[in-house]
Amino acid sequence: MKYLMKSFFVAAMAMAPVAAGAQSTIYIPNLAELSGAGAVSGTNWRDGIILAVEEINAKGGILGRKLDVPHVDTQSEASIARAQIQRMIDNKAYVVLGPVFSGSVLPSMELTKQAEIPQIMGGEAAAITQRGNPYIFRTAFGQQVSMPKIANYMRDGVKAKSVAVVWVNNDFGKGGRDAFTAEMRKRNIPVVADVSTESGQVDFASDVVKVKNANADAIFVYTNEEESARFLREARKQGIRAPLIGETTLLGQKVIELAGEAANGVKGHVGLTADAPVPALQEFGEKFKKRFGYANDHNGIKGYTAVYVIKHVTEKIGKFDSKAFAAALHGMTIKPSDEPGILMEATWDKNGDIDRQSFLGEVVAGKQKIVEILPKAGL
Amino acid sequence: MSGFIQLVVSGLATGAIYALVAVGFALLWQTSQTINFAQGEFVMVPAFFVLVAMKVWGLGYLPSIAIGLVVSALLLGAAFKGLVVEPMLRHGVLPLVISTVALAILMKESVKDFYSSQAQQFPPIVEGTDIEFLGAVVSTQSIAIFFVALGAVALLNWFLSSTLTGRAMQATAQNRAVARILGVDVDRMILYTFLINGLLTALASFLISPIYLAKFTNGETLGLAAFVAAIVGGFNHVRGAVLGGLILGVLDNLAASYVSAQYRAAVPLIVLVVVILFRPQGLLGRVEERSV
Repeated sequence: MKYLMKSFFVAAMAMAPVAAGAQSTIYIPNLAELSGAGAVSGTNWRDGIILAVEEINAKGGILGRKLDVPHVDTQSEASIARAQIQRMIDNKAYVVLGPVFSGSVLPSMELTKQAEIPQIMGGEAAAITQRGNPYIFRTAFGQQVSMPKIANYMRDGVKAKSVAVVWVNNDFGKGGRDAFTAEMRKRNIPVVADVSTESGQVDFASDVVKVKNANADAIFVYTNEEESARFLREARKQGIRAPLIGETTLLGQKVIELAGEAANGVKGHVGLTADAPVPALQEFGEKFKKRFGYANDHNGIKGYTAVYVIKHVTEKIGKFDSKAFAAALHGMTIKPSDEPGILMEATWDKNGDIDRQSFLGEVVAGKQKIVEILPKAGL
Repeated sequence: MSGFIQLVVSGLATGAIYALVAVGFALLWQTSQTINFAQGEFVMVPAFFVLVAMKVWGLGYLPSIAIGLVVSALLLGAAFKGLVVEPMLRHGVLPLVISTVALAILMKESVKDFYSSQAQQFPPIVEGTDIEFLGAVVSTQSIAIFFVALGAVALLNWFLSSTLTGRAMQATAQNRAVARILGVDVDRMILYTFLINGLLTALASFLISPIYLAKFTNGETLGLAAFVAAIVGGFNHVRGAVLGGLILGVLDNLAASYVSAQYRAAVPLIVLVVVILFRPQGLLGRVEERSV
């Protein structure tokens, strides 16, 4: 008996620091595409998070508790994302960060909804916020917001009378393609070629031939970053002359780096970029490059601001309460004057959609150049 | 018509790269009964040798390519033979096949961990400019890839048929015991075959990486395509492997354009099934008889 009591005492003493340690941190796991087809997006997203966490922890954390943010790889597979989210829920996450791929968000967000844990993610598929899930929040525009902007640009800026669409056959690409073609129909601009490509595809020769033969006034390219770069290189190789128009994924820094000269002349709508004429975004870009040795894309900004959203909302509600967090973020506007880490003023509506200013950009001499700032969509 | 020409030219360029890798498959099989399921990764890795030389050591493109070739010949040729093939082959073909599958995974994950999981830009052999041909715009890059790849195969063919060492290698491939009786240093000839395979996969890597971008997953597509090409052309025939590669490259492009992008990956496998059913030795392959 004496031995048993002694054992309990030793065990209790051993656990005491763990319990104290657990209280001094708050568990906010990040699930991201660190390998596979989404590695470019996921790595940027993760590094943005790392930067924000380091800054916040250096200043004492949130409400006196340091952030414990482990980074878990989905390998760009929806099934792995779902399994990992379940583990995060079992470990009592306060808020879940990620993933970035819509195809991984869609099956995993049901689990966070059931557990009543907010999930701040990087997916852009329109369907994500159309399912009445009160725990899902965007860090970038949904396609229902970005596609009308790009469609207006096609009509008014490019003055296209016909378009070809190249899209990646996953949840992100399919959602974007559907939203884009619907917007084109509304503006009476025919889609003369509708070319579906595969996630992770390496050879785009036949796709470029199809698009070329369609003789469209403009080509809308909506694929993930690596595929975008491969497409641009092949388009350049085959001498495509029609303007190549895209969304943030076509004009991203990594795409420009991978596509090289082939990216020059690409134009489109950019939700977030460190090249925007916004000092806070530019300062972020410099900090990011100094810390990680490469230029961030929009996913870096998404990850960074996601952590500052957690900080701001938690300090606003004054406690670590997942349900209260989700309720507070709906309808909230965060201004850089209140929370500098948010970088640009942003508003979340009742569905978790985000609204903020955006940009029209062009790639000139291997650099993204912002030519116009677009106002908030007014959700 | 112009679209068709473009598809064929671009398919021939990709097919020529498949051919290089398929020739390596055929050579290894002929001389040492080795089926290397890490052959795709053997194409993926040399690009990273070059990138390390360029980005870490700061060397220029051509010195880096030279280093890539030498390291590939040593690691993917000599070391592969000494550390994987020889110890495993004495236990039969199946343990060797499983070992090469394991090696493929090891190489893929190592590149991911030690270099990057992200795609990397890789400089092309020639900068792409356009040439008008029968209404089609053909890239000089595609033409250069085609001629460099087929030039390498032609050089190999000349080496095998016109030099003493080459003929000794052929003798080793045809009958090892007789070659040994005739005074051929069989072990050395087998080593040469592995070195040549290392060089061929490295060349394929330098040609394909500017188009596909250098990434740790590249071997998955290339390995399967080259394996199918080797079987379609004839596993025991170098020229058959070349033909198989070219057919596959063109067919892949035409299928993606005229059938469906989603089903393109199935088309080479359907061709493989048809060839196995009607001409199991491959289009140019010889029927091999074995006594048990």
